[in-house]
Amino acid sequence: MNKTWNNGAWFMVLPVLALVAFNAVIPLMTVVNYSVQETFGNNIFFFEGVKWFEEVLHSERFHAALLRQLAFTGTILLIEIPLGVMIALTMPRQGPWVSVCLVLMALPLLIPWNVVGAIWNIFALPDIGLLGRSLNGMGFDYNYTHQPVAAWFTMILMDVWHWTSLVVLLAYAGLRSIPDAYYQAAKIDSASRWAVFRYIQLPKMKRVLTIAVLLRFMDSFMIYTEPFVLTGGGPGNSTTLLSIDLVKIALGQFDLGPAAAMSIIYFLIVLLLSWVFYTLTMRSEDQS
Amino acid sequence: MKRLSWLVPAFYIFFLMLPIYWLLNMSFKTTNEILGSFTLWPTNFTVENYVAIFTDPTWYNGYINSLAYVSINTVISISAALPAAYAFSRYRFLGDKHLFFWLLTNRMAPPAVFALPFFQLYSAMNLFDTYIAVALAHCLFNIPLAVWILEGFMSGVPKEIDETAYIDGYSFPRFFVKIFMPLIASGIGVAAFFCFMFSWVELLLAKTLTSVAAKPIAAVMTRTASTSGYELGLLAAAGALTIIPGAVVIYFVRNYIAKGFALGRV
Repeated sequence: MNKTWNNGAWFMVLPVLALVAFNAVIPLMTVVNYSVQETFGNNIFFFEGVKWFEEVLHSERFHAALLRQLAFTGTILLIEIPLGVMIALTMPRQGPWVSVCLVLMALPLLIPWNVVGAIWNIFALPDIGLLGRSLNGMGFDYNYTHQPVAAWFTMILMDVWHWTSLVVLLAYAGLRSIPDAYYQAAKIDSASRWAVFRYIQLPKMKRVLTIAVLLRFMDSFMIYTEPFVLTGGGPGNSTTLLSIDLVKIALGQFDLGPAAAMSIIYFLIVLLLSWVFYTLTMRSEDQS
Repeated sequence: MKRLSWLVPAFYIFFLMLPIYWLLNMSFKTTNEILGSFTLWPTNFTVENYVAIFTDPTWYNGYINSLAYVSINTVISISAALPAAYAFSRYRFLGDKHLFFWLLTNRMAPPAVFALPFFQLYSAMNLFDTYIAVALAHCLFNIPLAVWILEGFMSGVPKEIDETAYIDGYSFPRFFVKIFMPLIASGIGVAAFFCFMFSWVELLLAKTLTSVAAKPIAAVMTRTASTSGYELGLLAAAGALTIIPGAVVIYFVRNYIAKGFALGRV
């Protein structure tokens, strides 16, 4: 659409700008302010420069949390995106079952995050939870409060349970936008199932899948409540993801300087990775 | 193979329902039954847990509080996002692309980063522990999302409609309310759905900004879990009740959900 140049449009953006700036700029400035200062209490602060940033960037603890975060985000993306696409492809295209599927699938998305954690906490308990009890009944030694591997398995299964539906709904929306004529043409050419997927369905889903990967990347990188309620970051530190570690430092130990420096580094990592991904997909879109 | 493909979604939905079933199952049991034996359905069926919630004000006020700030947030987000989305979809102006990207970056800010500064900011403004504090704080991620969704839907409406309306003598506010908003009604519905959803499920900020008067239901649950020990039945009942508002909202938007999740941009 060709848009007209009109700087008066700024007035329409003003309310949004005021609200978001109030919520984003002031707290961000507070964080920046803390990140360069040292305090011994009583609201007395000293300027420290980039000391906290150096400390955080060199700390083993931060590296470990970041590594766990990357492993978690990578794993859930590798599971949720293909699984979501597969489910979307096999969903009915019309009829009464469509609504039933959509409503039931969207249900986990609207459960408060700590309730999701609580549900899985109960569901996976080895003595009274259905999952824990069944796994132990089948001969697996499973107890997510003691074994790091079991804790990771539960955490990933929980995230797949919680968010795969988002990918399904997005991919399904992309599939619905393909006109029937495309499929008929493919039939006339006697194209294989794979060819239909590769050359018709996948390109049409590309935009929505980009949104899906971006949303899942950002949200899984910021995840806090669900794993915190499920495992509290344990056993030991084995499921302490970045934001759990951050809240521990900021609100648990009240180390404002390091916590603020870590916040900024954390935010920059999310921004950078999102930007890289965004530019890469845009570039490949331009080429094709 | 084609005939068996319905098994995939069916199995997936089965997997989704299992933990929810377990929650419901537990909510209808007595604490003794939960801890004492492993049963696939309640043998001593009881609604005691639900009665306890509906007769104790600290419990049911949690629901009222949550619904209150979620509704306020949805109204604020949508009314602020409507003109902004119109500006982005119809006009070019100084710094528009940068502004749009900056708005979206706020969707990427981890709430954990903002928890402490938010607490200080809203305490300083004497808004701590009020509905409006949580509603305003949730604007941080809901407004960018609402602008993004609405802009997608608005760009689907041809510009000629605006121009024709002006020629017919409509003023801008009248055109916007009488003609334009009905045209993007489904978009407004979808954006409202998303605002409701993210405000309803978010807890870290909501919990940080409230203590007693505006405490959300989900936070009441964590308190109960820690102070009164192992009242799993009560906890399960409270959890089951938090699913209902979401289910109601999904039911109303079920026909737009597929398009809406693509943010109007397919």
